Order: sequence, then structure tokens, then C-alpha cells
Amino acid sequence: MDAQQHRALSELVLRVEGVHKTYGDNHVLRGVSVQMRRGETKVIIGPSGTGKSTLLRCINQLTTPDEGHVWLGDCEITSPKEDINCARAKIGFVFQSFNLFTHLTALNNVRIAPMKVNKMGKAEATELAMMELERVGLADKAEAYPAELSGGQQQRVSIARALAMSPQLILFDEPTSALDPELIGEVLEVMIALAKEGMTMLAVTHEMGFARAVADEIIFMEGGLILEQGPPEELVQNPKHARTGEFLNKITELYGE
Amino acid sequence: MSTILQSLNLLITRGLPTTILLTLGLLALGLLLGFPIAFLQVYGPRPVRWFCRGYEQVFRGVPAIVLILLFHSGLSRTFHILLPAFVSALLALALRSSAYQSQIFRGAIQSVSEGQMLAARSVGMSKVRAIRHVILPQAFRLSIPSWTNEFSSVLKDTSLASAIGVLELMKQATLIFTRVQFIRGAQWILVILILVALVYWILTFVGNTALGYLEKRTRIPGFEMKGQVER
Repeated sequence: MDAQQHRALSELVLRVEGVHKTYGDNHVLRGVSVQMRRGETKVIIGPSGTGKSTLLRCINQLTTPDEGHVWLGDCEITSPKEDINCARAKIGFVFQSFNLFTHLTALNNVRIAPMKVNKMGKAEATELAMMELERVGLADKAEAYPAELSGGQQQRVSIARALAMSPQLILFDEPTSALDPELIGEVLEVMIALAKEGMTMLAVTHEMGFARAVADEIIFMEGGLILEQGPPEELVQNPKHARTGEFLNKITELYGE
Repeated sequence: MSTILQSLNLLITRGLPTTILLTLGLLALGLLLGFPIAFLQVYGPRPVRWFCRGYEQVFRGVPAIVLILLFHSGLSRTFHILLPAFVSALLALALRSSAYQSQIFRGAIQSVSEGQMLAARSVGMSKVRAIRHVILPQAFRLSIPSWTNEFSSVLKDTSLASAIGVLELMKQATLIFTRVQFIRGAQWILVILILVALVYWILTFVGNTALGYLEKRTRIPGFEMKGQVER
């Protein structure tokens, strides 16, 4: 391995190789491989039921893949020897339905993992949490409970919750799909700012505006496989597969430019 | 009037303490047993889940009076295990309550949405930590209204202990009216029964109010729940 190759590999934050997942008779993932370099943003698109969310869950092992390997940096998190809690702490996950801890204020939602998982002191965790809430523009809502926040605000708190663990990458599972149209913008703004700050992000989303603004690559999945991937302009302008073009047309119609 | 006051005095000094002790004791024992049973029914390995389910089904499916007699006369006559009447009643009612309480807690744990566990795991919490810091605090709040019902239900069930001679409110009331009816006439049976009913009602009211206060104190937005009907 020459020096250049070595550097390229060491910059890899995430390496997913040949992941398969079957639910009963349903072969959801049929051998998917993805690589993420530090600071990269990739967007996964594709018809529903194609395994996009399952892929994200297989990456942080919320779902155990049947086959295949996942490396976070140098350590293989699919290996049974690896402490999965420790690995998950380094991978942020943003859910479609936010899943904020209902019984905790925004501040507590953000600081609970630093305190309970990383054993950070309360004062330090509070400071960190306030900083992350500030980052998503919600410092003034620190004492609000999730039920008192709008969907967009809840999703921003959940992004702050992920950020508080200083993750090596963040996975976004359709982060704006459960939101009213007028609330999507505020969440995308936060995500775009994060991408520009150099966060490594893998997002399942059909927000092509977001993809165009910050994605290094769009990944088109169908039938449990990656059909095609490439930079946004390339994929949009000359898709290699007819299906990619068809699908892109469809979501452009639905979501606008 | 003085007969009423004397009766009330007897009920309160020689019946009420045992009723309260029995109620608190059986609720505490029921909680101590019921909570782990609920926990194991949700998170335990399959055979343990089956066992807990069986336990809960048995003790919910048998009348309280049958359990009380079983723990008293049943045990003493057959196995020569002679438990004091109070202990028999306490055990019988506590085991029964533990079955009901386990269902309250199981329902509460299971009504915490699956996304909460996923989110807790996603930030690196172990399953145990997630249960402790995320699931149980929510389940606790969700269980208060049903637990209030359980309280008011078992409080009145303690009157069944009178059947094996535990000197609690109901037994004391019986003792009073059997005597008073000969001195003052049969209508006094009614008077004494109304009196004891009133004492039970006040106890229930005070307990429910206290638990309502606890519910209010621990209430947070998103957990508004009204108490359900009594069983």
C-alpha cells in the first residue's frame, strides 16, 4: 500500500461492505456497500421499501445485518468483540419521528447521553448542551418539553442531541418527512450548516434542494441494491440507468426543485 | 348520639389502625413483587415470561376471599402451618395485588413507544441504562392513575380479612352492631354500617387525593392522563 492509498483509507470514517438483511421472505438489503470520507455528505434516495432506512439501521446496528461488515474508522463494529454501545455513541442518529425523550426537557434530552454514557460532569454537560442547542438555534427553548415544541423544533433538538456526543458521523433517516411543509426549511438549514462545517453526514432524504446544496454524492437505491451513485449534477443530468432518471423526475415533481 | 360517638371511637381506635397497616403492607408487598414481575414479563427470557404470566393469571383469576381462606384455614388444616390471621390476610391480598400491580406496570412499560428505546440505544446507552433513564421514568408516570385505582380497590378488599377474624374496621363494625342491636334495637345495624362505610369512604378520598397530588407533582407536558374507572 503506498502512502496515498494509506491516506485515503485513513480518511475513511465509515466503510460498509456487502450488507444483507432479510425480514422473513423479504430480502431488504442485497449486498450494499458505502464509503464515507471525513467531511463528506451523501444523500440516499430511492422508492419506499427499498431498504434505505434499514441500511442506516444496519450501520449503527439498531438492526443487525445478516451478512456483511461495517467499519467505523479502523474498528469493525459488526465484529462480536466490539462494544456496540461504545460504537453507537460515536454515530449520531436522527429519526424521522424525532424520538426525543418525552419526559425530559430539551436541555436534558441533549445532556443525558454525555452525562450517562460519557460520564461527563453536570456543569460541563450543561454547558455543552447549551452550546449545541445554540447551534440549532434553540437555546431559548432549553426548558421546554418535547410536547411544547413544534415538529421542526423537536427535530432540531434531536440533531443537537446527536451533536452533543461529538459523533464521527451522523445518520439522518428521512429527517423532514414527518414535518409540515413550512417547518422543513428550519431543519434543512441546520443540516446544511452542519455539512458546511465539515460534519460527515449520510442522509436518507428526498429533499433535492439539500442534496444539491451540500451533497458530495447521491446514492440511488432500488430493490435492496445501490443502482447508481455520483455527484448530484451528474446524476440529475445524465443518469446511467433509466430508473434513476424516472425516479428523479418523480421526486422533482413532488418536492419541487 | 353518644352511642354513635362511642362506636366511631371504637372503629377508629380498634379497627382503623389494622386496616391502614394491612392496606399499606399489602400495597408495599404487592409493589415489591409486582414490579419485578412486570419487568420480567416484558424483558425476561421466554420461560421466565411464561412463568410470570402464569403467576399473574392465577392470582388475578381467584376471588380474594378464596385466597384469604386458603392461606388461613387451608394451610393450617392440611399442612399444620398456622399463620396468624393478619399474616394470612396480608399474604393473600399482597399476592393478589402483586398480580394486578404487575399488569399496571407491564402496561405502562409497554405503552412507552418503541422509538424511545431506539433513540436511547442510538446515543450509546446500554439496554439497562435505557430502561433506567428513559423507559422507567416514563412508565412510572403513566402508571400512577391505574395505581390509584389499585389503592382504592385493595383498601376496601381488606374488609374481607374480617372473615378470618382479623380485627380491622369491618370486623370491629360487626362486633359493635351485634352488641348494640340487643341494647338499642335492630335499626342500629344500619347506623353502624353507614358509619363504617363513611370511614372507608373518607380513607379512600384522602388516599386518592394524596395520589392525585403525586400525579400532579410529577406531571409533565405530553403525559396528561385522566384516571380510569375503578375495576
